[in-house]
Amino acid sequence: MNRITIGSAFLSLTIVASSAGQPASSAAQSVAHNEVFINNAVVMTVTHGNIQNGSVHIKDGKIAAVGPNLKAPAGATIIDAGGKYLTPGIIDSHSHIALDDDVNEATSPVTPQMMMIDAFDYQDKAIYRGLAGGLTTSLLLHGSANMIGGQAIVIKHKYGAGRDAMLFPGAPRSIKFASGENPKRVYGSKDQLPSSRMGNFAVQREALVQAQDYMREWADYEAKVKRGDKEAKLPKHDLKLEALANVLRGKLLVQIHCYRADELLTEMEIAKEFGYKVRAFHHALEAYKVADKLAANDVAIATFADWWGYKNEAWDAIPWNAVISMRKGVRVAIKSDSDDFARRLNQEAAKTMRYGGATEEEALRMITLNPAWIIGVEDRVGSIEVGKDADLVIWDGYPLSSYGVPDKVLIDGDVYFDRSLPGFGMPRYKEGE
Amino acid sequence: MKRTLAVLGMTILICVVLPSNASAQQAIVLKGGKLLTVSHGTIENGVLVIENGKITAVGSAAEVKIPPNARVQDVSGMTVYPGLIDSECYLGLTEISAEQMTNDLIELSDEIMPHMHVYDAFHAESELIPVARLNGIANAIVAPENKDTLPGQDSFIQLDGKSSQEMLLVRDVAMPLNFTGEQRRNESWEKRKFPFTRMGLAAQLRQAFLDAQHYAQEWAEYEKKKSEKADDKEKKGPPSPPKHDLKLEALLPYLQGKKTIVLAAQEPSDLAAAVNLAREFNLKFVLNHISHSQPVLDYVASLKAPVIVGPIYEAPKPQERYDAVYSLPAQLYKRGVKIAFASYDAHNVRNLPYAAGYATPFGLPRDEALKAVTLNAAEIWGVADRLGSLDAGKTANIVVANGDPLDVRTDVKRVFIDGREIPMTSRQTRLRDEYSGH
Repeated sequence: MNRITIGSAFLSLTIVASSAGQPASSAAQSVAHNEVFINNAVVMTVTHGNIQNGSVHIKDGKIAAVGPNLKAPAGATIIDAGGKYLTPGIIDSHSHIALDDDVNEATSPVTPQMMMIDAFDYQDKAIYRGLAGGLTTSLLLHGSANMIGGQAIVIKHKYGAGRDAMLFPGAPRSIKFASGENPKRVYGSKDQLPSSRMGNFAVQREALVQAQDYMREWADYEAKVKRGDKEAKLPKHDLKLEALANVLRGKLLVQIHCYRADELLTEMEIAKEFGYKVRAFHHALEAYKVADKLAANDVAIATFADWWGYKNEAWDAIPWNAVISMRKGVRVAIKSDSDDFARRLNQEAAKTMRYGGATEEEALRMITLNPAWIIGVEDRVGSIEVGKDADLVIWDGYPLSSYGVPDKVLIDGDVYFDRSLPGFGMPRYKEGE
Repeated sequence: MKRTLAVLGMTILICVVLPSNASAQQAIVLKGGKLLTVSHGTIENGVLVIENGKITAVGSAAEVKIPPNARVQDVSGMTVYPGLIDSECYLGLTEISAEQMTNDLIELSDEIMPHMHVYDAFHAESELIPVARLNGIANAIVAPENKDTLPGQDSFIQLDGKSSQEMLLVRDVAMPLNFTGEQRRNESWEKRKFPFTRMGLAAQLRQAFLDAQHYAQEWAEYEKKKSEKADDKEKKGPPSPPKHDLKLEALLPYLQGKKTIVLAAQEPSDLAAAVNLAREFNLKFVLNHISHSQPVLDYVASLKAPVIVGPIYEAPKPQERYDAVYSLPAQLYKRGVKIAFASYDAHNVRNLPYAAGYATPFGLPRDEALKAVTLNAAEIWGVADRLGSLDAGKTANIVVANGDPLDVRTDVKRVFIDGREIPMTSRQTRLRDEYSGH
């Protein structure tokens, strides 16, 4: 959980701010679960190879055991996978679903105080359609109109479970930055700053400098109070600058929409200048040109498999981007940024096997463990390992192909989607609820 | 009419020039591959002979005699299949979507624009074309964007050639009539102007077809007068011809049933309205899209018209199951409807086979999926005598790949278009090679 702490004297503010984001970690989670035992599966663990004729034992929503020779515990619900493939739930590290097209507070280029939880349309059927494509976790981001956008939420695709039950408990909070054509177009078209890449980065630096001043102001005040200075004047709270201060304190994962190689480099320079880390570059279609630099800074990318040419800064996109970058040491995720791709990320990831020759495990990692790292939940999901959340997909057909479609999807050990069921195929959902 | 004659003359000229270009070609033999003929099953360890741009023999190693002096290429372990056909795309009409000066997708000044011809905008040197053909797309319908009810006429292209003339195989092959909801652009109440409603769009279409009928009649009367006896002419003077109207003239081959209308609708009510309109004027049509017409597929089948499917990736309506659109090709196939896939894209034309592949876990047999991007498309567009399958006598549009044509993992190794082996390079491969080395 990310606490917005400015000082112990302002604890009340901390609570208000955090309840606007992710809920406290335990509340939404510890519901009693039945034991579930999936057997007769080809278990693609992501971290320790494939297990032929493998089983997974699920207890209290977590993976309790994985292996080739497990015995079904008494009383467990048995799911016979019938020899099908079993993978971790797919994770999308760049999504705008379920935000009601309400994702861009495009009225100022700096809006870090926007909270995506306030836009979260938990009834959006796009969550269900992603679930039916094997998606179990998504990072819902602010749009890219602003150099500094709002703060994201992480959801699990438990469609029908209600708003708060869909939030990923304890997930760290991310903030969206953007660069390039979108901010300069949005504000340039209104004759405002920024209308150029120079303007873009000036706006970003200016905001970060203001945040530094704001932090100094508070630090001075707190020091005075500590000294017993009765004259100390309480500074004003500023949501925007508090959010940026949290960037500088390293309390928010910085996710930057960025296309061109030169801008990838500039964003890393600015981060170094102000002392924060960039978690991942999103889109990053020219990452292959500066992949060694990204690897050296431990910055991941969340990119498209083969989308290109939709705008000028996407003109040098090549479908080998993911694999060239990966081979140079960059952590790569394939993401959707689209209601549509979010339904078939397995097919998108499989393209990396063709373009550059990713192995099966490398391709699968790009839609499981690597996006989990980008979101900051890699210790919870993204692979089939003991202790992780039981977010699992049983596939009809080979998942990394044109032919793989989910048969069943489990989240926290519960079946949320079952293709064989009539209607929407959701055992835990009734229309109209 | 004079214009028609001139066009006819040009066509003859091109026909005469073409064969001499290709005449000196050495025979190419693809040997040892798995041939997916589409028309007559799969041939393991097959031999395919290409001479002068045509397939001259297809069969097993035992059946086919390899011509002397042929360039024999061993393609053992490879799959060989006909060049894929995209039944609607925008190749050559756009380069960078967001850069308006690179877009020639649609003329938005009026909804009725049948005299727009995509061949007038088709940019043969587009960087998008090599990207598409590297994945085995050899032919395509290029259509104007669907924002008008009658946006202009399609061309059937080949994705290789020295010039646009060579690549535009059939000009004005068909004409879209769009009734999908995308054409309603005067919806703001404050700025409303005709046509403001679906009724308005339909009335506007009806009037256009009536005007064209009237136009045809005027010309027929004129021709009749012209051929009347000389003494009548002397009395009345020579008849004066009606004024030419390109817009109305463009509609005539369609009103006369000589060419095909591509009738696009999405939902059942739009579909019924569009079909009724087409019937009022006896238009010959194929259907396009119908992504949300699942409740009326028996009615669709009763129309006995082929359907261009997709994009099957289109999102279902909120009340629809997640696979409502994915399963549409299978549902149509089961009802005996001939289907063909379209990418409805430009940059992503290369992904056409994957859409066809993705329809198979939802019930479409794999060989039917391949047919829907090859032979079915050739039949629908009237080019099955030369394209769509591996058969002797057809144009040598051939793909050699290391696996299943519809699977994303498959790497296309060689592409032949009109018998020429295409260099496997594009702007993207050049960037790859420039940056992957260091």
